[in-house]
Amino acid sequence: MSQVMDNATQTERLLTTSKAIAEGIAQEMERDPSVFVMGEDVGVYGGIFGSTTGLFERFGGDRIMDTPISETAFIGAATGAAMEGMRPIVELMFVDFFGVCMDQIYNHLAKNTYMSGGNQKIPVVLTTAFGGGYSDAAQHSQCLYGLFAHLPGLKIVVPSNAYDAKGLMISAIRDDNPVMFFMHKGIMGLGWMTPLPSAMAHVPEEPYTIPFGKAAIKQAGDNVTIVTLGIMVHRAMDAAKQLAAEGIQAEVIDLRTLVPLDTATIVESVKKTHRLLIVDEDYLSFGMSGEICARVVEEALDYLDAPVKRLAVPDVPIPYSRPMEQFVLPNAEKIIEAARNLARM
Amino acid sequence: MAKTNSLDAQTLISMYRTMAIIRNFEETMVNVYMEGKMPVFDIAGGTVPGEMHLAAGQEPVAVGVCAHLNDNDTVTAPHRAHHFAIAKGVDLKKMAAEIFGKDTGLGHGKGGHMHLFDQQKKFGCSGIIGAGMPVACGAALAAKKNGKDWVAVSFFGEGTANQGSFHESLNLAALWKLPVIFVCEDNSYAISVPKSKSTSIANNADRAASYGIPGFEIAENDVLAVYEAAREAVARARRGEGPSLMEVKTYRYLGHFQGDPELYRPKDEVAKLRESDPINKLGRQLIEQGAISEGDLVALDQEAAEKVKEAIEFARQSPYPQPADALKHVFV
Ligand SMILES: Cc1ncc(C[n+]2csc(CCOP(=O)(O)OP(=O)(O)O)c2C)c(N)n1
Ligand SMILES: [Mg+2]
Repeated sequence: MSQVMDNATQTERLLTTSKAIAEGIAQEMERDPSVFVMGEDVGVYGGIFGSTTGLFERFGGDRIMDTPISETAFIGAATGAAMEGMRPIVELMFVDFFGVCMDQIYNHLAKNTYMSGGNQKIPVVLTTAFGGGYSDAAQHSQCLYGLFAHLPGLKIVVPSNAYDAKGLMISAIRDDNPVMFFMHKGIMGLGWMTPLPSAMAHVPEEPYTIPFGKAAIKQAGDNVTIVTLGIMVHRAMDAAKQLAAEGIQAEVIDLRTLVPLDTATIVESVKKTHRLLIVDEDYLSFGMSGEICARVVEEALDYLDAPVKRLAVPDVPIPYSRPMEQFVLPNAEKIIEAARNLARM
Repeated sequence: MAKTNSLDAQTLISMYRTMAIIRNFEETMVNVYMEGKMPVFDIAGGTVPGEMHLAAGQEPVAVGVCAHLNDNDTVTAPHRAHHFAIAKGVDLKKMAAEIFGKDTGLGHGKGGHMHLFDQQKKFGCSGIIGAGMPVACGAALAAKKNGKDWVAVSFFGEGTANQGSFHESLNLAALWKLPVIFVCEDNSYAISVPKSKSTSIANNADRAASYGIPGFEIAENDVLAVYEAAREAVARARRGEGPSLMEVKTYRYLGHFQGDPELYRPKDEVAKLRESDPINKLGRQLIEQGAISEGDLVALDQEAAEKVKEAIEFARQSPYPQPADALKHVFV
């Protein structure tokens, strides 16, 4: 893991993830006049999930632009402005809403660079909130990063904490390619969500970047590898504590980006632990967990001492009612049980 | 109001009754929603977790339009759906139970407050902005193909009139002369964004002109004004003369969702709006007309409160679904 992280711990300032993201955006806006923000309720409200907190007051309505509820128009406009040399940050409030504007995202934002033979830069950051666990039901709780990672042409960033979020956001803004920046609602540090203190972090005041495609090993261990991202990193770390008490040393890998995917770190870990558990809040089939499993099978099959185990949403929409929702979502207990079973094999 | 006299007392009383039930339900939900979320608010906690969009103040749109509908007619509603569901006659107990996430709810707890579906009453809603309009076109298309005089009504907020599906649906409905009534409730805000900051013209009803259909602007949050305009729109649709668009000026008394800090609007705005409350107004009119007495009005309010109380009690007493029920119902 990173040099950067060690340096980071020297500063004492604790920030929530939403504040860290807003700070990263603000610093890039100061540095580069071509950066601006568009989205629903990003202005006075500061973003429903706080990712533009305080920016309207600081930069005004010309650079922090509230939009009509017209996602096709304003996300498409981000592509167009980027092709003219601007660096738009554009927000799709919940990832679940992609349906109304998917053509602009995957046929244009994601493909114009390729179709122009690499001649066209499209430096757009598409921020979006995802994830469930708070009874927001089938149209407001999905993850869907696997769906976007499936489509060539989009970099997919999924931070798990405030420190990573700022560094990854600055990298995203400076990247000349379209980047989708996924923000799990539960890690943002919002006053109205269940608190998750472990998502807050010491965040340096100065701008810094975190490279894409470099996973973070949150905890080293020899017995089982747990690969995950987003809020599930915190659930996996909680599980790892309990597992350690039982004598099972889990290695917890936070992917941080899905595209590019740090296959090397995963494979290296599996070569050491010989057991792999993939934890994914997204749907089980045809997604991230299957992809990681395939890569490990391709590159380290002989090292596996047990079948790969996947914990993910069992291919049902997210139900509203609490007992059913908790049943389908991965959590620390389910991770403990799965890791325990793997370690016994 | 001269128009009052043209309506029979029974219709007026019935509209008052429905508005009173809606108001009582929404105000009850304000408190129910906070149960278990004090002293520290946590959206995931309490009796009713998740988002909660309430419609207190917006009763006239729902009631004035639905008064012209019967069980053969379809209604599609948006995320803020309780008032439309109640006005369309959806069973209050089953609706409350769904909002509580109970097995006895309309969708066995799968849908929740933004996803209420009642096949008998032909009611549905969605949390995706602009989703209901194409579906209403489909219901209307089916009615037309089947030679019925049934209509479909799609309700949505003023912020939603900027979504592509609004324009596509209006054109489609106009082109195919579908029996749809598009009803926009203008409560001035889409979450924090005021209409003036999101919409290039003042009145969405004017947009009807670009699709060659009638547009009705109802400038008052008044159930009789809505009722009169809707009478014409629904009658046209039933006669096979095609769609109409209505926009009704209305008020949202509460936050966009419960827990909304409402920093985007002046503190005294709602207090002022409440001074011209549409339910009080109809109550006074009924008394002035001699249709009912003061005592009758109190009784109507009590009756509404009782009905809501029963529904909430039913929801509370009902069992939760089994956790593994989550795996059922992906397909029929
Ligand atoms: C496609 C889509 N975009 C954005 C949202 C988020 N959202 C939910 S309600 C809302 C505002 C809707 O405003 P309006 O249509 O005026 O209805 P109101 O809430 O005022 O009743 C927004 C932007 C959504 N649910 N779906
Ligand atoms: Mg509105």
